Amino acid sequence: MFNGLIDRIQHLGAVAIGIFRRLGHASVFLLQVIASSAGMLARPRLLIKQLYSVGVQTLVIIVVAGVFVGMVMSLQSYYALVDFGAEDSVGVMVALSLLRELGPVVTALLFAGRAGSALTAEIGLMKATEQLSGMEMMAVNPMQRVIAPRFMAGVISMPLLATIFSAVGILGGYVVAVHLLGLDTGAFWSQSQAKVDLYTDVYNGIIKSVVFGVVASWIAVFEGYDCVPTSEGLGQATTRTVVQSSLAILFLDFILTALMFSK
Amino acid sequence: MTSRKIEILVGLFVAAAIAAFFMLAMSVSNMSSYGGGENYEVKARFDNIGGLKVRSPVSAAGVIIGRVKDIQYSNDSYEAIVSMSIESKYNKFPISTSATILTSGLLGEQYIGFQPGYDEEYLKDGDVIDITQSALVLEQIIGQFLYSKADEKKEE
Repeated sequence: MFNGLIDRIQHLGAVAIGIFRRLGHASVFLLQVIASSAGMLARPRLLIKQLYSVGVQTLVIIVVAGVFVGMVMSLQSYYALVDFGAEDSVGVMVALSLLRELGPVVTALLFAGRAGSALTAEIGLMKATEQLSGMEMMAVNPMQRVIAPRFMAGVISMPLLATIFSAVGILGGYVVAVHLLGLDTGAFWSQSQAKVDLYTDVYNGIIKSVVFGVVASWIAVFEGYDCVPTSEGLGQATTRTVVQSSLAILFLDFILTALMFSK
Repeated sequence: MTSRKIEILVGLFVAAAIAAFFMLAMSVSNMSSYGGGENYEVKARFDNIGGLKVRSPVSAAGVIIGRVKDIQYSNDSYEAIVSMSIESKYNKFPISTSATILTSGLLGEQYIGFQPGYDEEYLKDGDVIDITQSALVLEQIIGQFLYSKADEKKEE
């Protein structure tokens, strides 16, 4: 019985050491990626190509999701507010919740699912087919050539996508509020201008999306670079990317909200 | 896909994001009301500011002319000292202007209303408004009303 307990403790220790070792690997990896990002200035083509596959190709899902989230928010908050005669505040409610929370968070979750998983799979497959080692043999640094452009493209794309998400979401909410529910156009915009602050709401939302972009891209490229180079390992790494990015985004969102909006 | 096409699409993507940001800044948030112009600061002392907050509007005749910049409590006079930054183009408030804390609607947010006086001298940066009227606190009014009702009953 005593031995059984010690075995349990040993197992727990092994798991903990594994987690910390992985975290350490990931941190060193992040520093390497950032250090080799400077080389990209000489080859902006690499970055633009990745901006296309990470940013532009994610745009469709972001726009569609944004419009529908905004429309649903508008509809639901109307039903809640109309009882109090406060239906003019629909604009404020849609704008504030999109800018502060839903814009960055939903964009980051979709980004992790659409772009993050693709990054992991692509880099993982390159590793499994030994393209990365091949590059090293040819004295091409795969960090500079493959990893850093993908990471930077993710970091740059996330705030752009989140801004577009919030903007189309508010437009969607506007269409529902004004053309479907019959609210006043002027009230929608003037109420939101009176309550939404450029610094506390818009800028903080963008800061959030930058943080989420760094975290989601970091997890995606690390999982790809670190995966077990088999078809099974590749599948597991892709799943881990989506799960870990989503959890990290939701957890960080709570911390950032507590830091930014609690007075 | 040719790299020219990719570059065009990336350019459109970035342009769309910049347009979205300007839309958020100009028509959704309050950047247009910052004005970017010059301001001057005046102070006023109130016995009770109620629910007044930093960035609450300051208005005269219903027009927003500035915002509350800072609220401090004075240990010496047991009053609240409210600093307001007023847009420089509204620089003709006589020195005897009075400041009142008002509520928009029955339960709305509170703001400061200026009622201009009749002096030749105008308020300038750093001046203090002497004539002030505190916020109406709903609970106090209800309390006074109940007391006066109770007194009436006793007299009968």
